[in-house]
Amino acid sequence: MKLYRLLSAATVATLAVSLSSCASSQRDSASSGNTTAASPEASSSAAPSSDAGSSEAPSASSSASSDGGAGDGTFIFGSAGAPSMFDPLYATDGQTFIVTRQMTEGLLGFKPGTTESEPALAESWTSTPDGLSWTFKIRQGVTFSDGEKLDAEAVCYNIERMYTQTGAGATQAQYWSDTLGGFKDQKAEDGTAIPSLYKSCSASDPATVVIDLNSFTSKFPSILGLPAFSIQSPKALKQYNANDVKAEGDSFSYPEYALKHPTGTGPFTFTKYDSANQTVELTRNENYWGEKAKSKTLIFKIIADEAARKQEFDAGTIDGYDTPSSGDWDALTAAGAQVLVRPAFNILYLGFNPTNNPALKDLKVRQALSYALNRPDFVSSQLPNGAKVALNFYPDTIEGWTPDVEKYEYDPAKAKALLKEAGQEALTVNFWWPTEVTRPYMPNPSAVFQAFKADLEAVGVKVNETSKPWNGGYLDGVEAQSADLFLLGWTGDYATPDNFIGTFFTKAKNRFGTADYPWGTTLSNELIAADAEADTPKRVAMYADIDKKLMSDYLPALPISHSPPALVVAGNVKGMVASPLTDEHFSTVYKTS
Amino acid sequence: MLRFTVRRLGQMVLVLFILSLLLFMWLRALPGGLASSICGERCTPEKVANLNKVLGLDQPILVQYGKFLGRAAQGNFGTSAKVIPGKPALDVFLERFPATIELAFGALLFAIVIGIPLGYLAAQRKGGVFDNLGVIGTLVGIAVPVFFLAYLLKYIFAVKMGWLPPSGRQDPTMNATRVTGFFFLDGLLTREWDAALDSLRHLILPSIALGTIPLAVIFRITRSSVLDVLGEDYVRTAQAKGLATQVIRRRHVLRNALLPVVTTIGLQTGGLLAGAVLTETVFAYPGIGAALAQSFREKDYPVLQVVILAAAATYVIINLIVDLSYALIDPRIRTR
Repeated sequence: MKLYRLLSAATVATLAVSLSSCASSQRDSASSGNTTAASPEASSSAAPSSDAGSSEAPSASSSASSDGGAGDGTFIFGSAGAPSMFDPLYATDGQTFIVTRQMTEGLLGFKPGTTESEPALAESWTSTPDGLSWTFKIRQGVTFSDGEKLDAEAVCYNIERMYTQTGAGATQAQYWSDTLGGFKDQKAEDGTAIPSLYKSCSASDPATVVIDLNSFTSKFPSILGLPAFSIQSPKALKQYNANDVKAEGDSFSYPEYALKHPTGTGPFTFTKYDSANQTVELTRNENYWGEKAKSKTLIFKIIADEAARKQEFDAGTIDGYDTPSSGDWDALTAAGAQVLVRPAFNILYLGFNPTNNPALKDLKVRQALSYALNRPDFVSSQLPNGAKVALNFYPDTIEGWTPDVEKYEYDPAKAKALLKEAGQEALTVNFWWPTEVTRPYMPNPSAVFQAFKADLEAVGVKVNETSKPWNGGYLDGVEAQSADLFLLGWTGDYATPDNFIGTFFTKAKNRFGTADYPWGTTLSNELIAADAEADTPKRVAMYADIDKKLMSDYLPALPISHSPPALVVAGNVKGMVASPLTDEHFSTVYKTS
Repeated sequence: MLRFTVRRLGQMVLVLFILSLLLFMWLRALPGGLASSICGERCTPEKVANLNKVLGLDQPILVQYGKFLGRAAQGNFGTSAKVIPGKPALDVFLERFPATIELAFGALLFAIVIGIPLGYLAAQRKGGVFDNLGVIGTLVGIAVPVFFLAYLLKYIFAVKMGWLPPSGRQDPTMNATRVTGFFFLDGLLTREWDAALDSLRHLILPSIALGTIPLAVIFRITRSSVLDVLGEDYVRTAQAKGLATQVIRRRHVLRNALLPVVTTIGLQTGGLLAGAVLTETVFAYPGIGAALAQSFREKDYPVLQVVILAAAATYVIINLIVDLSYALIDPRIRTR
């Protein structure tokens, strides 16, 4: 028996030694020079290291740099979800952009903490008076992280690459189609060409790019600051088949470029995406044209659950995290953390749709429902500090916003009177609200619904409740116009009315069913005309006029609130500026000792 | 024996085929779709229609299923859209599976190492303080929801005490070498002891959270089983023969009492995946349970299909092995 045990132990020991000799640590072999364009596969086999041999896992705080200089610190940020991939052209989600914004840049950027455009890869720009031709002076001495030089040709290669997307790529490059319209030779279902605002891009010399448009649009050139319009290395784009997006079964597959080799001009470069450990690691770009990043390593740790992010932060294993619950703001601040509130750049609205409820076609009914809702009480009791009742469908920092609109102050008596006038004293509405979701403009959908349901019932409206999961029928149902009333909203990408009301109502076939109203097409035309007006004062007046009509004559929905989201960093973190566009730059962020 | 094996294998393929068909139909019958999950608030009816067209989701369901089978036959189960976007669904499963195995192993180890000795000691001291405390403790263990226990453990041992990491599988600054996907094992194999220790520290709290219910069940089964055996005639006979207490406990009591315990452990193992969904979500632990929950919530059909089919295949294969071993032991089974 003893011999048997001895033999067993010997066998196990031999096996262990054999296995361990097959697998050796690759820390040392990977520790030099491997700072860019590593892959998920590479991350599973080789990764740079600075801490081999340490017996204790370094905590977030112990790995921090000590001062404001370009130190060797590591900054770990708790991200709310996994990035889709790393080519911003094909992304629409904040989890992807928060990473790619650190690696890539556009011709324009946004001033930290604002929605104002500022020079980035273009040092300056001018346009013809009609706003159809834009000349950009390209910053000189800039290189991509693969060593390739940035010049006018590289810029035009990128712009043309965006314009010539086809098939699956065209469905994924949503920011292009949302802002500039059709792609090259793109046709609608009926075979007609989908028009594009973009005409051409030419490089007259290495430092000059001219972009011509087919018609003026108010959003140009500010949209060039969006991550989707980032300028990436033409060499890398070609080398790693960046356009090779495929639709396969129930999903899209992305090319090697988007998964492993994003190559921009930003202050950080891609190191690895360790999907098994849910981390994305970036390294400081030592050849960055501007001020070098203050942390050497930037890690995004993906923690989908908000409570789990907070506990990681409380435990000191991450240095900051995204979208803390507003209920935790005070406690976090009291504990010494910095809650950085992003200026509210969003809108929550209550949509009306008359498709299944003809009573809603009557303006008086929609007005009655608007007077019935106690929005000030909802905003003060349910939303975080800094939230405001919305007067228009976009924030007051955007041109055209006017306080001179119908305000629908809480007035249940007036609501009842209007319902009586409309002959709808026994009105029944089918009110939809989403579950399994929180949005920056709607932290708690259930609370919104409960508050407004009570308000509507108080004026005699019967409310039939329909709650569905966000991705489990809610969005589809709202788009299919199944709801009479519904809760939805929008977070702005850039500061023009077109980004808000243009997106909502320009196409008459929309979730509000504006095509069913006699004024649906008129509203569309008014929005198209305002966006195409090159004369700024005139355009501002046009948008102000539309705002007034939206609130008094049309009322396809009722704007509810603008609610500020936040991010939080530890007390010893410096340099983080919260952005209304979630355009936070981590290159300026560092930890003091 | 060969005919029996072939017949069983044929049945297995048929089971998986029927399951894949049902799963495919069922998922697509659910409200909501991938298109709206992709475009969110940016959706318009045109966009949704366009996405559905490009993805082929506007085609008849049987045509979609046929294409799925065609791709699956080539080992292509689609690409993850949400769990690990861009990664083949099968690779997502293969990457996440070791994490869940590690966690389940840790949970079972915790349950067995604590549960059996405690159950045995409680039985030995039946009616005493230790026994009563054990019974009450296990009742509490079963009654407390896993997610609550998980948050409590994290709050005490990670946030307040700072003894253990609150979530994840490994410190992101560790830069560990990956070999098998089992982080702890990889640390041992590559002699990166810090990485092994770190992954072990990350396993402790989720293992305790996941292992609490199995621990309580194993404790109670061990206790009652030992009590049963202690009353058996052969134990009394052994005592009358003057055998040493140690020998009686080891050879006669424990061995016989452990039979139902082993069966219970087997049953509990099957239930661990269900528990892993909650535990992994709370601990942001990237395993199969978290992938299952996320893929269902966000309509990541390729991952959902692969995970469910792989779980079913594992179950069917284990059944097949059991059937074959029965057939080897008892030849009469082959003719049934």
